[in-house]
Amino acid sequence: MTTQETTRATTAATPDVDHKPRFNLQSVGMYVLLILGAFISLFPFYYMFVQSSQPSNEVLRFPPHLWFGDAAWSNIKGLWANGFGRSLFNSAFIAIVSSVLSVFVASLAGYAFAKFRFPGRTLIFGLFLLVLMVPYHVTAVPLFKMMADLRIILRVLIYIAFAGICAAGIVFMVRKLPRNPALLVGGGAAVGLLLVGLLLLNPALNTYLLSLSLPSWLSTYQAVILPALANPFGIFLMRQSMQAIPDDLLDAGRIDGAGEWRIFWTVVLPTMRPTLAALGIYSFMFQWNNFFWPLIVMRETAMETLPVRINALVGLSIIDYGQLMMGTALTTLPIMLIFLAFQRQFISGAMAGAVKG
Amino acid sequence: MDPEVLNQPPRRDWRFWRQTTPYFFLTPALLLFMIFMAYPIISSLLLSFQSQNNPTGGFSLDNYQRLLGDRTFRKALTNTFFLLAIQVPLQLSLAMVLAVLLNNAVIKFRGGFRLIYFLPSITALFAVALIFKLLLNDEKGLINYVLNSIGLPSIRWLTEPWTAKLSLVMAITWRWTGYNMVIYLASLQSIPTELYEAAELDGANGIDRFVNITLPLMRPTILLTTVLSTIGTMQIFDEPFLLTRNGPSNETLSVATLLYRTAFQGAEFNYASAIAYAMVLIIAGFSLLQFRIAQRGED
Repeated sequence: MTTQETTRATTAATPDVDHKPRFNLQSVGMYVLLILGAFISLFPFYYMFVQSSQPSNEVLRFPPHLWFGDAAWSNIKGLWANGFGRSLFNSAFIAIVSSVLSVFVASLAGYAFAKFRFPGRTLIFGLFLLVLMVPYHVTAVPLFKMMADLRIILRVLIYIAFAGICAAGIVFMVRKLPRNPALLVGGGAAVGLLLVGLLLLNPALNTYLLSLSLPSWLSTYQAVILPALANPFGIFLMRQSMQAIPDDLLDAGRIDGAGEWRIFWTVVLPTMRPTLAALGIYSFMFQWNNFFWPLIVMRETAMETLPVRINALVGLSIIDYGQLMMGTALTTLPIMLIFLAFQRQFISGAMAGAVKG
Repeated sequence: MDPEVLNQPPRRDWRFWRQTTPYFFLTPALLLFMIFMAYPIISSLLLSFQSQNNPTGGFSLDNYQRLLGDRTFRKALTNTFFLLAIQVPLQLSLAMVLAVLLNNAVIKFRGGFRLIYFLPSITALFAVALIFKLLLNDEKGLINYVLNSIGLPSIRWLTEPWTAKLSLVMAITWRWTGYNMVIYLASLQSIPTELYEAAELDGANGIDRFVNITLPLMRPTILLTTVLSTIGTMQIFDEPFLLTRNGPSNETLSVATLLYRTAFQGAEFNYASAIAYAMVLIIAGFSLLQFRIAQRGED
């Protein structure tokens, strides 16, 4: 908008250059190109909706239908008979929960990176950034093994706890005891002992883990939700916009005696609403459209998400194209509606996604 | 309680909390990151260095050796490179043309056009694949109908090696052009109009202005979109999996669909991990190369 206005203002000031909007051959050509582009953008959607209202045997007719048929309702009923309702619920549940939780987790972490200085900050943030470059297919095999065998997750958790204790010990020593070599040596020995202890305990840990019988997480909601929460991109986005919050505002809260949690909840989050919305929509869309990972972990029909269910319909020996297109249309429609309602957040989320690379 | 006591700040406590607060805020993200990101990335690397036939036999380069001689992997790689070579320049130049057109103040309904062009890029990839599967159907697709009605023969879009690849290019271009256009448009709008006016006074025509003003100033954005599209195309999965089902005879097999097939249909986890790391190396190499080229261009 503003660019347009400045353009007009400057043209008014320079009478030598004639910028007056007019219908010459050139602008007609530009409109033709733009409208052709718009047609190509929109037509596949139209075709999808048209075909979703055709009975199955009419979809691949020659010449193809270009106007709506009367089988929309029977296609929907057919889809429901094929377990579509359950998939719709699964998709919606996964997308909503992921979006809420990932906004929460990312805003907490983004706040820590943006507004606190603490030992390890650069290191941890650097690790997050590094991982942005890694294609997510790389994690698929180990993640699948973890979901199939929870003992792996338990083992990782135990290792993390040990590493955390050691790291906290080292940080404590470096920060608090620099002037006393005896204490430093003692602390170092303690951390060393802890590590040796971990090595010695490892066989015991192995036998303990083997004795456990844990349920598998394959075909569960958490198998799809949890990996998506480990999203460095969201943290990066939140950090960027939280840096704009003035420190004085937070300090004012602290002087008034508000706890750190209350400051975060009542001062920081409300000012972040646009970014929260952008990230929330981005996460929702990611999970709603996600195909690769749910295809791998959702192995029971009742737990399939929409894309996986529709893929299963494509795999049938007799493909009901009317139903298939209705399923595709019903999957696309909610995202389109959200897009039309929250255009700005949507585009800013996508543009922020451009930083992701 | 005594108001005097309340007014005394609990000093030691406060300092402790002040110093540990960021770690509390960071804990959920850090835990999730370590369990579901860092561990799988490391574990995948370790898996790739364990022989597929003898996983407990310690460090081995078997998988990478096998990768070098694997015809199917080479095929997936050439297919993906082919898509890359056609698809990235095509989609980015289309996006640039549309962005330049839309940046023109003469055009009305610019917001509307932008909205329409952006619409495909919010659509699920699997939906794009299925819609194009119908449009491009070998016997009864709409595109072939249009070709027939202007007197051209039908094309077997999804079952011939070349046309199947072109079909993928079409579907991907349709999905992503608007996305890149919005990025270009934002970048175009940050170029001061005075530059164009000065050039116009000097007698530069539209193409001169584009080559000498727009392109140089847009260099960082063009680099960004090139890197993003390259990374995206290298990882392509949904389209070949659904639109062409990797066929005909692996002609549209991509690295990611090969990875899926190896790991989750063939249960060769170690070999699949080696494929994944080959993908990481190639993506990193490409990104580095593109940054180098961009830097050289600047000198």
